[in-house]
Amino acid sequence: MNIKTAALTGGFNDPVFQSQSVFRKLMDGMARPGSIHHVEDAMGQPEPLGAAAGAIALTLLDHETSVWLSVGLAKSPAANWIGFHTGAPITREKAEARFAFVEAGATIASFGLFSAGTQEYPDRSTTIIIEVAEFDAGETLTLSGPGIQRSTTISIAGLPEVFQRLWADNRALFPRGVDAVLTAGSRFLCLPRTTRIAASRAGE
Amino acid sequence: MTDLASYNFAYLDEQTKRMIRRAILKAIAIPGYQVPFASREMPMPYGWGTGGVQVTASIIGPDDILKVIDQGADDTTNAVSIRAFFEKVANVAVTTHTKEATIIQTRHRIPEQKLGEGQVLVYQVPIPEPLRFLEPRETETRKMHALEEYGLMHVKLYEDIARNGRISTTYAYPVKVAGRYVMDPSPTPKFDNPKMHMSDALQLFGAGREKRIYAVPPYTDVVSLDFEDHPFEIQKFEQPCALCGARGVYLDEVVLDDKGGRMFVCSDTDHCEERREEGHTGEMPSQEAAE
Repeated sequence: MNIKTAALTGGFNDPVFQSQSVFRKLMDGMARPGSIHHVEDAMGQPEPLGAAAGAIALTLLDHETSVWLSVGLAKSPAANWIGFHTGAPITREKAEARFAFVEAGATIASFGLFSAGTQEYPDRSTTIIIEVAEFDAGETLTLSGPGIQRSTTISIAGLPEVFQRLWADNRALFPRGVDAVLTAGSRFLCLPRTTRIAASRAGE
Repeated sequence: MTDLASYNFAYLDEQTKRMIRRAILKAIAIPGYQVPFASREMPMPYGWGTGGVQVTASIIGPDDILKVIDQGADDTTNAVSIRAFFEKVANVAVTTHTKEATIIQTRHRIPEQKLGEGQVLVYQVPIPEPLRFLEPRETETRKMHALEEYGLMHVKLYEDIARNGRISTTYAYPVKVAGRYVMDPSPTPKFDNPKMHMSDALQLFGAGREKRIYAVPPYTDVVSLDFEDHPFEIQKFEQPCALCGARGVYLDEVVLDDKGGRMFVCSDTDHCEERREEGHTGEMPSQEAAE
């Protein structure tokens, strides 16, 4: 399949109800950080975009939301797929992006160039969707903050090493800051800017 | 769809829903902060809950069970018409039982029944800005929120004490959410403020005319503003509900005649009905009094 036809395949079969279903999971995910949600349907999204990331793109993006893509995604048919199915303009300026998609294994140097919103309008910040290898494996992290009763633990394999430090910096900006969704294939979890992340010690 | 005259599911078009959904996600990420959104004209006047209706329309799906209350009651005009609206445009199941509902849209009350994890409470909000009556300029109130400058609100509560000897604010009592934003809980009685704190349910607030959406995630601190020597207190009622005998619930006063006759009944009609079905009775349990 060449690049052009890959961009035209897939999408929601039933946009009204599928986008509602994905959104409710996103809303529950944001309201209960660290809870893992699952996207059932195949979206036909081209590699390296994951099924959950594809579904989130179809649910939230449109002509009003400019999107930044990491290098691997920008060079792939996924860029045209997002453009065709959502109409969202692709931007190369991180600060302009309402949403950003990062493929698995891509290096993240900083969240600093993405928009953190302003002190008056902290909602005008980027939401970053980052693909990781898998959940329930790898490093165990302890989450706390609004939406979490006391604390909760999650395990993530393939999260960039710097993520925790970058997240702590992001947390310190509150109420400004980016929000994140971590995706692993058809599963995802949300990390709003209010969530604190601590590495769990072995045996805990 | 074969019927050309039908509406999109839940009335709103998909682009509007996406815009509102994005606002809801940011609202949850910044507890208590008012996210501006492009509020639409709804087929009902402003003041009838257009903000709550737009939030509900954007989150509701075919599997949801909707409950709508107005001042705690399922059977008042506003509640009945909004429930009928969603039955018509979204074909969803509706209920009056708090326990069964997945989405509860409310005007001015929080149900007495403790809400659970699978439930979303959607508030209809007339004036979302708690500082608006103290500072009319949006540019200024926005700066006050940005700088976390809430001294004016404390001055207002202090003036209550100076004039009346106590904090006389009884509804729309300001709260601080997650230790950061001061928020208007909508005109709910202050009796309901403690229910917002560390709630199991997600709470969403929609203000249609003022074009703002805000949220309190589950398990989030919601603290009513007060002073050490004048701590926050909720309303207390001397008598129990005249129909079901419940204590520790919010009561409405109903005038019965022009000779000073009155009764106090549960404002939450579902709670009252359930208690009466369980066999609880108050001092005026007759069917006449119920009607």
